[in-house]
Amino acid sequence: MTTAILVLLFGLTLGFVLVVWRALRGPTPADRAVAVDILGILMVGFCAVLSVALGKDLYLIVGLAWSLLAFVGSLALAKLLEGRAFDA
Amino acid sequence: MLDLSQPSHLIAFVVMLGGLFFDVVGCLGLVRLPDVYNRLQAGTKCVTLGTFLILLGVLIRFGFDSLGWKAVVCMFFVAMTSPTAAHAIARASHRAGFGLWSGSVGDRYAEDDEGRRAPVSPGEVERQRGPQGREVHP
Repeated sequence: MTTAILVLLFGLTLGFVLVVWRALRGPTPADRAVAVDILGILMVGFCAVLSVALGKDLYLIVGLAWSLLAFVGSLALAKLLEGRAFDA
Repeated sequence: MLDLSQPSHLIAFVVMLGGLFFDVVGCLGLVRLPDVYNRLQAGTKCVTLGTFLILLGVLIRFGFDSLGWKAVVCMFFVAMTSPTAAHAIARASHRAGFGLWSGSVGDRYAEDDEGRRAPVSPGEVERQRGPQGREVHP
């Protein structure tokens, strides 16, 4: 692990900690939904840094699949906030 | 691995640092801003740009081989889907009734009756409100 990769990983971990603080603290459920959405996007950046650190393309495929599922999850959370059923 | 003595690796690292800066600033806005809608704006816009720049750094590091093309596909997908999800959350939380921050200037979405009417221009809102600023229903 070179210093450059460690700097990137620590920076992303700082971002994670801030987002998780908002997810735990947020007074309304909408705040928590926003925090979970942003956590999903941050994970894609994390997977990109891992692919550079380890040199394999597996981690970018993981990141792509993660962003797909996080997108669907955010849409489902939005429907839940609105109060509708998932197939309405 | 990032070997900072090579120029393409150095450029990739600088671009990834820029992306990291936007990520961290966006998450800081998520913590510090007063309202759901403010947090949504700051968070999703900044973090989408930050992730885009980190993936661009991956593309610069590896060039246009198999890893680079996967990074391009990831970039495209993040840029397409992340604003859509943010808009869905914003619309859903407004319809669910989560209020605006007390220092907010106005609520245009509520004035459009949450998208059921066509959006009005500022001059038309003044005409509709009448001289004392109360709503005049047609």
